[in-house]
Amino acid sequence: MNFELTEEQQMLQDSLRRFLANEYTFDKRRDVLASGKGTSETTWNALAEMGLLAFTFPEDYDGLGGNGIDTMIVMESFGRALVTEPYLATVVLAGGLVRDAGSDAQKQAILPAIASGEKLMALAAYENGARYNLANVKTRAEASGSDYVLNGAKTAVIHGGQANQLIVSARTSGDTRDQNGITLFLVDADASGVTINDFATHDGFRTAEVSLKEVKVTADAIVGEVDKGFPALEKAIDQGTAAICAEAVGTMDAMVEATLEYTQTRKQFGVPIAKFQVLQHKMADMFIHAQQGRSMAILAADQADSDDRDARREAISQAKLLIGQGAREVGQIGVQLHGGMGVTDEMFAAHLFKRLTLINLLFGDADYHLGQVSDNLLDKTA
Amino acid sequence: MDLNYTPEQEAFRQEVRQFLKDKLPADIQERVQKRLRPTKDMVQRWQQILHAQGWGGSTWPKEFGGPGWSEVEQLIFEEECALAGAPRQLDFGLRMVAPVIMKFGNQEQKDRHLPGILSGDVWWSQGYSEPGAGSDLASLRTTAERDGDHYIVNGQKTWTTLGQHGDWIFCLVRTNKEVKSQEGISFLLIDMKSPGIDVKPIIMLDGEHEINDVFFDNVKVPVENRIGEEDKGWTYAKFLLGHERTGLANVGQWKAMMRRMKEIARQEQDDGKPIIENPRFRDRLAQLDAELRALELTVLRVLTNASGPGPEASILKIRGTEIGQRMFELAMEATGQDAITHIPEALEPDYTGPLVGSVNAVPGAGDYFNMRKLSIFGGSNEIQRNIISKLVLGL
Repeated sequence: MNFELTEEQQMLQDSLRRFLANEYTFDKRRDVLASGKGTSETTWNALAEMGLLAFTFPEDYDGLGGNGIDTMIVMESFGRALVTEPYLATVVLAGGLVRDAGSDAQKQAILPAIASGEKLMALAAYENGARYNLANVKTRAEASGSDYVLNGAKTAVIHGGQANQLIVSARTSGDTRDQNGITLFLVDADASGVTINDFATHDGFRTAEVSLKEVKVTADAIVGEVDKGFPALEKAIDQGTAAICAEAVGTMDAMVEATLEYTQTRKQFGVPIAKFQVLQHKMADMFIHAQQGRSMAILAADQADSDDRDARREAISQAKLLIGQGAREVGQIGVQLHGGMGVTDEMFAAHLFKRLTLINLLFGDADYHLGQVSDNLLDKTA
Repeated sequence: MDLNYTPEQEAFRQEVRQFLKDKLPADIQERVQKRLRPTKDMVQRWQQILHAQGWGGSTWPKEFGGPGWSEVEQLIFEEECALAGAPRQLDFGLRMVAPVIMKFGNQEQKDRHLPGILSGDVWWSQGYSEPGAGSDLASLRTTAERDGDHYIVNGQKTWTTLGQHGDWIFCLVRTNKEVKSQEGISFLLIDMKSPGIDVKPIIMLDGEHEINDVFFDNVKVPVENRIGEEDKGWTYAKFLLGHERTGLANVGQWKAMMRRMKEIARQEQDDGKPIIENPRFRDRLAQLDAELRALELTVLRVLTNASGPGPEASILKIRGTEIGQRMFELAMEATGQDAITHIPEALEPDYTGPLVGSVNAVPGAGDYFNMRKLSIFGGSNEIQRNIISKLVLGL
């Protein structure tokens, strides 16, 4: 039992934070968002050069063999600076899926290309009306000779509009909500029949709605086995969930710091408003939420790579539950303590708040994950 | 970073578990698991059994007769004891006054007092709070005036938990009125059989006698019973409160309670089905379960911190007590209307009379009422937030 970072992890964290503090300031980030593209090639290439995009890939595929803790370190640092680059979509979700479930040929073709920064990917897993149920898949993939033809639509595809290639979950057999019968396909973004509608999100990220009409793919585009894609998909989303839990911890810490600074600077009634006990206790509560969140983000990162499905899912859901709730509290209190300034676009706190709010909505909100752990309780004691 | 216990720690856990299986008396275990009050005799008997094993002071270093366990081992020990249904050891001696004696006491005081604490023969009480000195502890007014080789102590201490059993009491007393309030306080060890001491019960809202007032009327206390220097008692008091705060997270106890709650939720009926099948009830249990896990990890983070637990230990006190209170609230609500009935005799070991509903309902509301104290004592949770604001956030 120890909570220390290794020397290498400490170095990773230090160099990444230094880089972001210098090169990804609030003003520079504002320029990236204003560009309409929502991402920055300069930043992405720098991340690639730092080896960050390769960190969690196996050494045989130009990677550094890192684990969930490494992802945690990266995402927490991103969370502090509100980095909007497609790391989660490309490296954690799609890259992680290929790493864990892909064939050797797929790994050869994809992982080094991600690591070098030239390839962006996204995971198209959710569908309209399914809310957070990954098994609710209406998109169909029909066999046609040795090929497959995909028809359907995907929603909430984070950074889908920036990706060169998608991983799409589609139904090859079974009923709409069956976990069996789901297959994962690599689909090129520019393939015939693929329409990607790119949208901004409230917090400066990008999301896409994807429609698939008679999209033809070959059998070697299948990631994993036919009909058996669900466990890998679920694990990838669990890893993504652990990643945004860590991101939220960074964002919560940044919100605590921004609020401490603001309340110690802002004067009313002749004193810094941080002198008021009613505000002090609110800030103490923010700190408690952030610390509790940190404990749970560590748990999630520790379990994210595990193949013990029940233990992993319980840890992930418990973590996302408390972090979703904590993110909401920290975000709301942070804005409140900034007063009128807190609801202006000018303040960093307002942007932190928006990201914290959206993190709760991604990959299952607090209610969803409470339902998960609550129903586990029933199964175990029944 | 590694959240697994080491093989040595796992082996240690097995050793503790086996010991508890072999040595925890069944009558004590049964009462604790039913959440009924263990008697003084039970607490002392258990302390003697632990002492015979060399485990009487789980937090004590080897040089004072403790097992010298690491912080993580201490936590494992506490958790296993709680899960097995062992009664809580008496903190006042073992975890409050003993560390002060070890750190600030002289050799004679160590030789005289530590063995009795370890064996459980001497029952210690705490004399900190006064009617006019609660959160503002340093405003205490109990006086100790020097008279040759004695102090003459006059005043009143309150909230003295289980003081009715007390053999000795450690007290903060004012030895100097001319200086700032924190600077004129001394730390005295007082024999409760001394003439002039009067212990009077305070009946709490659950109808139980757990707490007392202790009155001092010209009580003679030998100067040799003073810990450390005169007027420096506040330093020792703060040291003690730091120790108390980490323990107040109570993770082991709450984990045992959570396990019990999951059983209760299967036993208690809701319209012909176990209450655990009611999603509104179950969600609250699941929420607490997650929060308890976060607390446990936070405790481990604080305890394994190389620089030792700092003021962030206040988080543990706040979260630990909040979770505990909500758990007991849920335990009460699990038994529904059965919990309204007050049968204090049913808490006693020899009770064979009628019950309303199951035995789960007996301690339900009483425990809930009793546990309101958690967020008040040991530095109220508001005081803990002050500590976080000042010492952690720098406000």
